[in-house]
Amino acid sequence: MADNDDIILRDLNDDDLVEQMKDDLYDGMADEVFEGTQILLERGWDANNILSEALVEGMRIVGVDFRDGILFVPEVLQCANAMKGGMGLLRPILAKSEHSSSLGKYVIGTVKGDIHDIGKNLVGMMLEGAGFEVIDLGINNPVENYLKAIDEHQPAILGMSALLTTTMPYMGVVIEELDKRGILKELPVMVGGAPLNQEFADAIGAHSYGRDAAISAELARALVGQNR
Amino acid sequence: MGDLAVRRTGGRQARLGRRARPQEAAAVAPESLVTTSANPDGPTLVLACGALANEIIALRVQLGIGDDAMVLQCLPAELHNRPGQIAPRVDAFLSEHRHKYARVLIGYGDCGTGGALDKVLERHEADRLPQAHCYEFFAGTPLFNQISEAEIGSYFVTDFLVRHFDRLVWEGLGLDKRPDLLESYFGNYRDLVYLAQTDDTVLQEQAQAAAEKLGLAYRYHRVGYGDLQPFLASAQSQAVHV
Repeated sequence: MADNDDIILRDLNDDDLVEQMKDDLYDGMADEVFEGTQILLERGWDANNILSEALVEGMRIVGVDFRDGILFVPEVLQCANAMKGGMGLLRPILAKSEHSSSLGKYVIGTVKGDIHDIGKNLVGMMLEGAGFEVIDLGINNPVENYLKAIDEHQPAILGMSALLTTTMPYMGVVIEELDKRGILKELPVMVGGAPLNQEFADAIGAHSYGRDAAISAELARALVGQNR
Repeated sequence: MGDLAVRRTGGRQARLGRRARPQEAAAVAPESLVTTSANPDGPTLVLACGALANEIIALRVQLGIGDDAMVLQCLPAELHNRPGQIAPRVDAFLSEHRHKYARVLIGYGDCGTGGALDKVLERHEADRLPQAHCYEFFAGTPLFNQISEAEIGSYFVTDFLVRHFDRLVWEGLGLDKRPDLLESYFGNYRDLVYLAQTDDTVLQEQAQAAAEKLGLAYRYHRVGYGDLQPFLASAQSQAVHV
């Protein structure tokens, strides 16, 4: 809708504002996404609806275009930063509502030997948007960290990320340990990362492979549904 | 920011207008077009990442391999930032040209293709460097592992990446337009490790400047051409027997 026009967000009706927010998120305009979120809250919108209709839907489109080679990592990072602005306003509200933990906890971390976390952080944000309470273990996680977090948080899903072909086999090590301890049959494991594919995920016994952040969030919701 | 009017760039619709959606057909060459037939009297083809062109040319001279025995073709070094495109691009090139050559050597490691490159090479009967990426085959696996284990947050650069740091790294990652993304990209790194192919003080100064720009400590290892040399030498011995 907006093409090189000067726009005052408050002048837009709700539908146009949501569309504009998706455009602004796509263009990585953090201040504008923050302002749009604020306006919708002032107009009495439910935080869940703002999250799903404007922010998550906006990031879903970003995810599709990243997958199709329309957007690249720098642009996706800008989009993510824009989404963070809106999420910053919504998070405290969502935390007070039942919705925030309605899908359960999702423990996520980059595997041992790997310090890359851009993809993991994007997935974490989309999962949060999808209604999970995300427990982020950060980078370079040995199997002990995953086991400790599983014990402590009793998550609905465990997610592992790796960017390197040299580190992705460690996901198999973690899954094997979970299997040995009888945890794997109770806990779905998702894996993701640039060099991974479905074939690899199947080979190491992961329940699910998240090709990108948006698909990971959709798959996570489906996994929880299947296990309920 | 109040009710300020802000000039937009138009979101997705404008983007799609500016940048055409890539053709699905270009992603992977259909297997029916793939040929593995070779010309036993032809030269050896080295199909390499553009980031290795200077090094391969230097080694070819060093090893005394003539143009009649080895043909060098390079794909754009920018694929370093788009590893998903490496296997399809190699596939497309070999589908068209494989039949001209006796043997094909691929100047890539796995390079983040997650095994996709190996599947392509198997169909075309081509061999690649056995390591994961150029940092490993330049340094050699033992030294590369030693550096990585000593500091997991090591960001590696080679002569080529030092020479083209601004274009491939700084601008390639969009940091020229959004320097605030530096933390997202490099926040977990500690050292910039220069794996030097040549002894060049100018490049060393540039590498130090790059480390400073990224906020990383600087480390230097003169590793030379590493495993790239025996790899190309194998082409020479093959050429002699053809």
